[in-house]
Amino acid sequence: MSLEDAFDEPAFVPYLCVGDPSVERTREYVEALVRGGADVLELGLPFSEPIAEGPTIQGSVVRALEAGVTPEVYLDFVSSLDVDVPIVCMTYYNLLYQYGDSDGPEAFVARAAEVGISGFVIPDLPAEEAGPLRDACDEHGLDLVFIVAPTTEGERLERMVELSSGYLYVQARMGVTGAKADVSDQTGESLAKVSQYDIPKAVGFGVSSGDQARRIVEAGADGVIVGSALVDIVAEHGDADGDDVPERLEAMARELSEGVAAGAENMAKPEGQ
Amino acid sequence: MPAVQELEDAYERYVLGNEDGFVDEFRRRLRDFGGRPTPLQRADRLSERLGCEVYLKREDLVHGGAHKLNNALGQVLLAKYMGKERIVAETGAGQHGTATAMAAAHLDMPCEVYMGTRDIQRQRPNVFRMRLNGSEVNPVSAGRGTLKEAINETMRDWATNVEDTHYVIGSVVGPHPFPEMVRTFQSVISEEAREQVREKAGRLPDSVVACAGGGSNTMGAFHEFVGDDEVSLFAVEAGGSSLAVDEEIGVAPNSASLSTGTEGVLHGARTKLLQDSDGNVVESHSVSSGLDYAGVGPELAHLVDTARVTPVNVDDDAALSAFHLLSQEEGIIPALESAHAVAFARANPEQLGELTVINVSGRGDKDLESVIEETEKRELENAPSMDVFGRAAGDGGGI
Repeated sequence: MSLEDAFDEPAFVPYLCVGDPSVERTREYVEALVRGGADVLELGLPFSEPIAEGPTIQGSVVRALEAGVTPEVYLDFVSSLDVDVPIVCMTYYNLLYQYGDSDGPEAFVARAAEVGISGFVIPDLPAEEAGPLRDACDEHGLDLVFIVAPTTEGERLERMVELSSGYLYVQARMGVTGAKADVSDQTGESLAKVSQYDIPKAVGFGVSSGDQARRIVEAGADGVIVGSALVDIVAEHGDADGDDVPERLEAMARELSEGVAAGAENMAKPEGQ
Repeated sequence: MPAVQELEDAYERYVLGNEDGFVDEFRRRLRDFGGRPTPLQRADRLSERLGCEVYLKREDLVHGGAHKLNNALGQVLLAKYMGKERIVAETGAGQHGTATAMAAAHLDMPCEVYMGTRDIQRQRPNVFRMRLNGSEVNPVSAGRGTLKEAINETMRDWATNVEDTHYVIGSVVGPHPFPEMVRTFQSVISEEAREQVREKAGRLPDSVVACAGGGSNTMGAFHEFVGDDEVSLFAVEAGGSSLAVDEEIGVAPNSASLSTGTEGVLHGARTKLLQDSDGNVVESHSVSSGLDYAGVGPELAHLVDTARVTPVNVDDDAALSAFHLLSQEEGIIPALESAHAVAFARANPEQLGELTVINVSGRGDKDLESVIEETEKRELENAPSMDVFGRAAGDGGGI
């Protein structure tokens, strides 16, 4: 299934960093998220300088690096996964840039296509510098997802939308990743700003409950991205030797995907329901 | 990224275009508050020892004790012109944090400084100076608790509060326009030095020597000489304890990214980095926390690639020894960063030509605790006897 097709109905997009606390545990966690209703998986490839991440995901990245996750380990892991949803690689540009013998992202993209990755989210890649990666993605049939911040507007927004494929990652609020108790009121404004563009819009940054997911979809989102709230579960209960995290993740995923579905249902009703 | 765009627009209007008289005000404040111009001093005993004319550009005499104020004052003033209401900054050795705190106090802007916990321990006087000037100091404990982690944390703060906050980056690093803007604010060093050396020696120098961590004093000291092909430019990096990288533990026991790093992308710039074969940035090391950074400014990396600047390095021992040498022979206690530049000149006088300018980027008061600790561990030429500490304690604290 293509990434865009995964958003035919509003989609639930969970994030986990591969290798936290071990690659094998990540496999069980990912399978649990799919059982709980994941429509797309964002899988983090850990990088030493995760500047877009808040403390929760930063901690996850550090644990994954300590567990020995390199780009090669990550790609092998994705290759060995047996799940029926598109996988998006979320990482930072230097890892793509350094992969293989030549400078530039093409070698990594080629290998990503081979192992079944559908697209990329690269938070530290500015649109102005995205040409080589966009070209490589086009060549290998992968999507490239840009993150639209509440402050992104005008020509920059146009350019970002033009470069994006698969979906737009709409940042619900300013700042870095991290679960919040409530959805930012910037969400509606951010969605309104991109509503005219014909590409699925998935909202992330700060989502942590089914109720929030429902309200985000009701506000017009085509998908909801959840990272920190899931990583919190791994951080608190994860254990490289065995734990009950799969059960916890599955339950949380179910709550979130049901929230997305409820939002979609309400959307289908006439105004003033 | 819109924040970067907004900054670029402001940089072009105010700094390059002197809109609303920004540049005039900046120059006036640099003079009246910052103490510029700084002298270019002939170092008589060092000249005799090295067998060539040695001039020292005395950035240690800038208000606050380092070249850092040139940039901090420029950026805080620019933030004011942009209508920002809050300043954040990161600092390694504390000199940039101190300079930013001073500039922020001078221009009445609230300021928060992020600093690695390890650097806080190494640089307590500077932490206190920041607090004295009314700034908050936020400890960063991630990683090894040094500059790289503090930069990450400051970027996060800026990303969260960009609408009312300006991030005063401390070196010629980060996304455009920071490297160019910081270089422009710092190029007052070479602008003055070029004029002063002509006045004093009647000609341009054969070489300019400056230490390089991120590269702000380096670019400042080199910029006006870049077009003078006859002037050799030496960027002196921290060789630390070894130039090798231990990939197993992800540590480079040096900060020599120009000499040993490879091209990569970090903090929004493509430049030379200390990184492992996968592209993860490794931890750097230097006895001087101001040089302890795994990257370097992209323009400096480019000048090295095009062979205009020669990257060299000296190890911790040589830098410490040069610290003591300059203190004894010239009565100038240099920053440990600057001591790296002196150490290179001392070890390689034949490369300097007949007339050299060494940029003394800052004063060494901030480093005294580190120098005491590191000197006690070593046998160093020129170091004073450390016995005095033992005797003072034994005498019950009397001096």
